[in-house]
Amino acid sequence: MMVNEKIAIDHGLKKDEYKKICDLLKRVPNITELGIFSAMWNEHCSYKSSRLHLKNLPTKGKHVIQGPGENAGVIDIGDDEAIVFKIESHNHPSFIEPYQGAATGVGGIMRDVFTMGARPIANLNSIHFGSPQNKKTKNLLRGVVRGIGGYGNCMGVPTIAGQTSFDESYNGNILVNAMTLGLVKKDKIFYSKAAGLGKPVIYVGSKTGRDGIHGASMASASFDDKIEEKKPTVQVGDPFTEKLLLEACLELMAGDSIIAIQDMGAAGLTSSSIEMASKGNLGIEINLNMVPCRETKMTPYEIMLSESQERMLIVLENGKEDLAKKIFDKWNLDFAVIGKTTKSKKIELYFDKTKVADIPINILVENSPMYDRKWKKAKLPKKVKIEKEQFKNLKIVNVLNKILSNPNVCSKEWIWQQYDHTVMGDTIQKPGGDAGVVRIHGSSKAIAASVDSSAVYCWAHPLSGGKQIVCESWRNLISVGAKPIAITNCLNFGSPENQENMGEFVECVQGLGEASLYLDFPVVSGNVSFYNQTKDVGIKPTPAIGGVGLIANYKNMVTMDLKKTGDILLVIGKTEGHLDQSLFSRDILNEKNGPPPEINLFNEKNNGETVLKLIEKNFIKAAHDVSLGGIITALSKMCIKGKKGAILKKPIYLINKFEYFFGEDQGRYIIEIDKDNLQDVIKILSENTVHFDELGSVNDDNLIIDDKSKVSIDDLIKSHTTWLTNYMSK
Amino acid sequence: MNSCVITFPGSNCNRDMDVALKKFGFKNKMVWHDAVELPKSDLVVLPGGFSYGDYLRCGSIASKSKIMKSVLNFAKGGGKVMGICNGFQILVEAGLLPGVLLRNKYLEFICKNVFIKINKKDNSYFKDITKNTLEFHIAHNEGNYFCSKEQFKEIEDNNQIALFYSDKSGNVNEENNPNGSIKNIAGIFNKEKNILGMMPHPERMIDSALSGEDGSIFFKHLINNLR
Repeated sequence: MMVNEKIAIDHGLKKDEYKKICDLLKRVPNITELGIFSAMWNEHCSYKSSRLHLKNLPTKGKHVIQGPGENAGVIDIGDDEAIVFKIESHNHPSFIEPYQGAATGVGGIMRDVFTMGARPIANLNSIHFGSPQNKKTKNLLRGVVRGIGGYGNCMGVPTIAGQTSFDESYNGNILVNAMTLGLVKKDKIFYSKAAGLGKPVIYVGSKTGRDGIHGASMASASFDDKIEEKKPTVQVGDPFTEKLLLEACLELMAGDSIIAIQDMGAAGLTSSSIEMASKGNLGIEINLNMVPCRETKMTPYEIMLSESQERMLIVLENGKEDLAKKIFDKWNLDFAVIGKTTKSKKIELYFDKTKVADIPINILVENSPMYDRKWKKAKLPKKVKIEKEQFKNLKIVNVLNKILSNPNVCSKEWIWQQYDHTVMGDTIQKPGGDAGVVRIHGSSKAIAASVDSSAVYCWAHPLSGGKQIVCESWRNLISVGAKPIAITNCLNFGSPENQENMGEFVECVQGLGEASLYLDFPVVSGNVSFYNQTKDVGIKPTPAIGGVGLIANYKNMVTMDLKKTGDILLVIGKTEGHLDQSLFSRDILNEKNGPPPEINLFNEKNNGETVLKLIEKNFIKAAHDVSLGGIITALSKMCIKGKKGAILKKPIYLINKFEYFFGEDQGRYIIEIDKDNLQDVIKILSENTVHFDELGSVNDDNLIIDDKSKVSIDDLIKSHTTWLTNYMSK
Repeated sequence: MNSCVITFPGSNCNRDMDVALKKFGFKNKMVWHDAVELPKSDLVVLPGGFSYGDYLRCGSIASKSKIMKSVLNFAKGGGKVMGICNGFQILVEAGLLPGVLLRNKYLEFICKNVFIKINKKDNSYFKDITKNTLEFHIAHNEGNYFCSKEQFKEIEDNNQIALFYSDKSGNVNEENNPNGSIKNIAGIFNKEKNILGMMPHPERMIDSALSGEDGSIFFKHLINNLR
């Protein structure tokens, strides 16, 4: 087939991009080469719209061993140990085929982590669906949850935390972001940089089939009415093979045979081979007849673009082939020497003894397009004036029960009970808390991880929203007693070709960069997913932040459940009563305008660090950050978890109790302390100039808000736990 | 006491079981599925996981593995064999225990703490445990125990039911049946009671920092009873 401009456009390339390819090659590419360009130059692989902005993110810090640019980020946790972690999106495939889309998302991110030599020790996910009333939502949710569970459970890696939200902006484009953490010895980290000439290039894992061809290109385009036709671009997962691949790779990695290793993820053999060669400043030669194929008569084009799962590419030391093969034979996996490294600095492919592709690697990588897309700056919305009338008929207990059963607040137990969260025997904080916590096997250390996003805030004002999620992630880690170390981000946005959507991206990234720099909470890995939209309507901007923190001694871990009647409850951080964009305003008053809560990074840092000090001194018996739904929602969750009540004091400075209880001011925590320690705690808070209010005390069975408002814990539990189960069983 | 844990491709609770056995004093060895002989053992454990991906009926391919011949001989000679979760499924598929394990009633994987009532204590697994109910953990998709009426009568007559799902105080009722198992059965013995299969994972309850310590009670008694 002769390639022309039309075929190039059908491959998702732009007219001028095609012209650039012809100019750089000084000829027209053949179809295999065009396929390779389309795979390398699409948004998903090339980051062409985002690169310019991502480079401003803070990526360094004293714990950072490896920042963005590798398969995953790596942080030092002391004792010669490191944590490898990353979050990645699998949005488009999950909307087309929820089970396989979500499953292979989980599989892909785990591969990114064990490619670096780390054994996965925890999975997390952030999943977002359309409105519950939308007719597709239920099946998508069911499929995604089964897919995540189906893959992670089989791998034997606990899923320890996550986040689920519903919003009509995801009606036509759900989000599925999967995160994995792995543990590795610092001197056993593997990278994807090839080195040395004439080194064998090895293919291991599953065979290559025709599934997932052009998956990455599909993920770089918007959906239209014909999405059903895109089903064949979704990959099919096989967690059993991945489990074998994990064990086989770790067994091989125990020795010193591997020079470089790269998993075949998006754009399969194409991007893995090119990335390894590019990083090593080498060429690579592959004989495509040697690639193990599942189907007959696969063409070079199909072999190069297949996104079949559970495959790895390895550059091996000379003479280690037999040893390596023995390991992969033991695990019943394919093993084939398919090529070698060369000094040509080109990718050269052979098929049936004919050269079928010949492209200088720098053309594909360094010369890939980079765009400075036009974007629109978002204005800070004006504050909404809420009339007193609107509060008049509201009863606080009714509002609280309504908020606790809101789809975005209610218990997600129906979801996480389908994930094995205890396998590996080190999960010391299960899903449903502020962060999941796993012990480092056989040591006193533990790792906390949480995943957060606040699409509503980001939509109302991207810059504030971007800052807010980083802060929320930081707070969630602190609430369990962990010192926050670093983050990974999954940036889910609409089309970069739309100036508003691009503006949302630019400003969210700016916001999260500012916050992570200030909090010394660097970004070590991440992924960008654009074109999350159906036709012309983009999703609400949804950057998801995966935060990782360290607990030096897991015995100091804190949970949110209230512990003992009579204990004192304090709110750390100042309550101003910010209602705009709060759940209360949006769902109870039906007011969707106004700015999100302001972020004060100084207070955020100071409050968080002071709470950590209190935890280190063993003063805190329970802690929970205040987020969606304000103080009363946060406290109710602490009551529900601990099956305890609370008696609240009258607020001393905010007259409107709805503002006091439901306002979503940032930088706040609720902590439970022993009466006897109150003076010591106040002293530390004052020394650090941290604002606090005495909220009340722990009670037996009832939450007593004031003389007229009282609710039993059983009622709170009912409000909190029934919505999702009922919704899914209808 | 010597024990061994069989590892099949796709097993994923093998390490957890190894940790638990060693913690309570067993000298444990790991055995790969294509080994021919078992090491000298007082207890053989088939761990949880997804042997061979469980793409066929759960446990069916593993039950035909090379090592299973030795496990069968060991069991028939009265050796103690314990299968947890996928291990239980394998024992059933191997014909060492009666019945089958179907997909959970609500067709969903389920991971949570459950209470189990010990039905019989006249055996090496539960002898001398003072508590009547234990809090264990389940994590499975196919734990819905089923057998024919005739089989059920037989296992009941022979006192082969080891464990029931129950509430904290040992009440066995539909409300506390997590997966639809017939009569809330969570674990069974063979006639001779040297073989135990159960869906719950005691190895996930061996530390107060995890979910609880009732697994510790189980393993402590197990090693004492085998001595």
